[in-house]
Amino acid sequence: MNTEQPQSDQPCCQQQQRRTFLTRLSVGLSALIGLIITLPGIGFVLAPVFRKPKQQWRTVGKLEDFKEGGFVLVQYEDPSPVVWSGVTAKAGAWIRRISDSEFIAFSINCRHLGCPVRWVEDPRLFMCPCHGGVYYEDGTVAAGPPPEPLDRLQVRVRDGKVEIETAPTPLTLTKLT
Amino acid sequence: MRDNFLTRTWNWIDNRIGFSDYIVPLMVHLVPDNARWWYIFGSATLCAFVVQVLTGISLAMSYVPGGENTYESLVYITNTAPLGSLVRGMHYYGASAMVMLAVIHMVQVYMHATYKYPREMNWMSGVVLLFVVLGMAFTGQLLRWDANGVWSVTVAAEMAGRTPIIGPTLAHFILGGETVGGSTITRFFAMHVFIMPALIFAGIGLHMLLIMRHGISEMPDVNEPVDPETYKEEYEKRIHKTGVPFWPDAMWRDMIFSTIIVVVILGCSLFLGPPALDPPPNPSSINANPLPDWYFLWYFAVLSLLPPQLETWVILGVPVLGFLGLFFLPMISNKGHRAPSKRPWAGFTVIFGFVAFLVLTIYGYKKPWSPDFGVKELPASIVGTDQGPLAEGAKLMHIKGCLYCHDIGGYGGHRGPELTEIGKLLTRDDLIIRINNGGHNMPAFASSISDQELQLIVDFLLTRGVMHEDNSETTSTP
Repeated sequence: MNTEQPQSDQPCCQQQQRRTFLTRLSVGLSALIGLIITLPGIGFVLAPVFRKPKQQWRTVGKLEDFKEGGFVLVQYEDPSPVVWSGVTAKAGAWIRRISDSEFIAFSINCRHLGCPVRWVEDPRLFMCPCHGGVYYEDGTVAAGPPPEPLDRLQVRVRDGKVEIETAPTPLTLTKLT
Repeated sequence: MRDNFLTRTWNWIDNRIGFSDYIVPLMVHLVPDNARWWYIFGSATLCAFVVQVLTGISLAMSYVPGGENTYESLVYITNTAPLGSLVRGMHYYGASAMVMLAVIHMVQVYMHATYKYPREMNWMSGVVLLFVVLGMAFTGQLLRWDANGVWSVTVAAEMAGRTPIIGPTLAHFILGGETVGGSTITRFFAMHVFIMPALIFAGIGLHMLLIMRHGISEMPDVNEPVDPETYKEEYEKRIHKTGVPFWPDAMWRDMIFSTIIVVVILGCSLFLGPPALDPPPNPSSINANPLPDWYFLWYFAVLSLLPPQLETWVILGVPVLGFLGLFFLPMISNKGHRAPSKRPWAGFTVIFGFVAFLVLTIYGYKKPWSPDFGVKELPASIVGTDQGPLAEGAKLMHIKGCLYCHDIGGYGGHRGPELTEIGKLLTRDDLIIRINNGGHNMPAFASSISDQELQLIVDFLLTRGVMHEDNSETTSTP
């Protein structure tokens, strides 16, 4: 590799100034190219983090389909599925009819680390297969590591149909206070 | 004539690309002659990476990173594509091999204290590589986009969500939105196929450059502690006196071990096959039993065994402190003895780490803290009868979910205490209070159990451990 410096008739300090300028110019242009290339990409990748989809009411069945008693699992589409989502756009909830027009629904996500809880009819408990979280039928923690109750979802009855309002995956946050 | 033509052709190419000038000196660089079989793990890790790259490229030809088509493409690769099952299996076992070998390589370097002067950066670049490899292992598990994949990414997002202040942002970045969906898998595909391999290529390049710069270290010698003032000069003297060219005097051992590794990967894929796919990636399906691949089972166990007040700090602290502790190790100690006999704490640390990993992995695999949803009813041989109040009580133990958490005679989960001998330990009143009120990490059953059911269960439990001694007394129901 040839690393010898070419001879020049220019005075030393003038040459040095030129080199300093060219170095700064090259570094600056490299940074500019980098920004031009990466900023749109970063914005594109981070967009889903800051885009808050409007939650939607999703029909999960007819009113007469739900009998008073235990919880049943219902499925619905999340609020902003991309066209290729297919089955991955589904979300689930445990819903129970309490009276003629009153329902209670919980997200299926355990509040420990998000695993899917199962409703076990006879002991009337929600149980998590991952780390053994257990909840009573009102969603409060009965045993195990979950720090918070199951996330309650909004339910309404419209035109004889039961609707659930979609919600983000419930996150258990760390409060520093 | 033909030889002359080939020689001339090669010479022409060599003259233009500089193989003899640049590559040959690297290949024949002097290495210590006493290392023998100790230094084969790094090259074997590299070999496993090559397996991953080649099988990964092959899989990417058919893998569709998008929604439920991902699952269908995995089913196609596994069941229909010619050699698809073999290639998928090689990629899976290659990942296991790479993680294992990277850790073994690191343990060997740690035990021989090769991270000391002047090779601190060799170690640091290796630590970064190890964590990227673990990242590859995790994202690779998610690319197996089935029910387990969906719930694993949910758990990852929940863990990230525990980070103070920026937790939700991190979680939504991982999910590609506020929920698992079509954007989730494409993110992990990009990370697994582009970002992380690029980091690994760059890391390997730096790692190799540093190896060439500082040379391969000699085996530790109790009489030659590292002194930064004199080390380089003495190393150069010794290596020129006793060293041997890497190619072929030392490299043949690397080749033999790497061959064994590749054959084992191929053999595992042929005879064990790729990991079975769970049901499709439906985030609304609750019939999933999320479990990480073997390399993260220990962490899965840790998260189950911790007291709740420590959990968040361990979730966040273990990866960060683990990385920082390993990364800055050479800054804490970069001179002095390298021999394991002079560093007993190093050996103790490795043994403790290995035993802890093993125990926690077994624990994570058995999941004793989880309810056993698949438990069967107690057989008559355990109950002592198949009719009457005792049998009814035993049946209720199953119906009410008691057996999900309590073992009786080998039947039942292990989340709660074993009840095989409970009749000897607790009185009727104790049992009634415990079942009604719960406590000690057990739910209260007062609202979900009738008086009659409670009596039948208690009557049954009181016979456990004392049945043969006094059957008539314990089977009476008030």
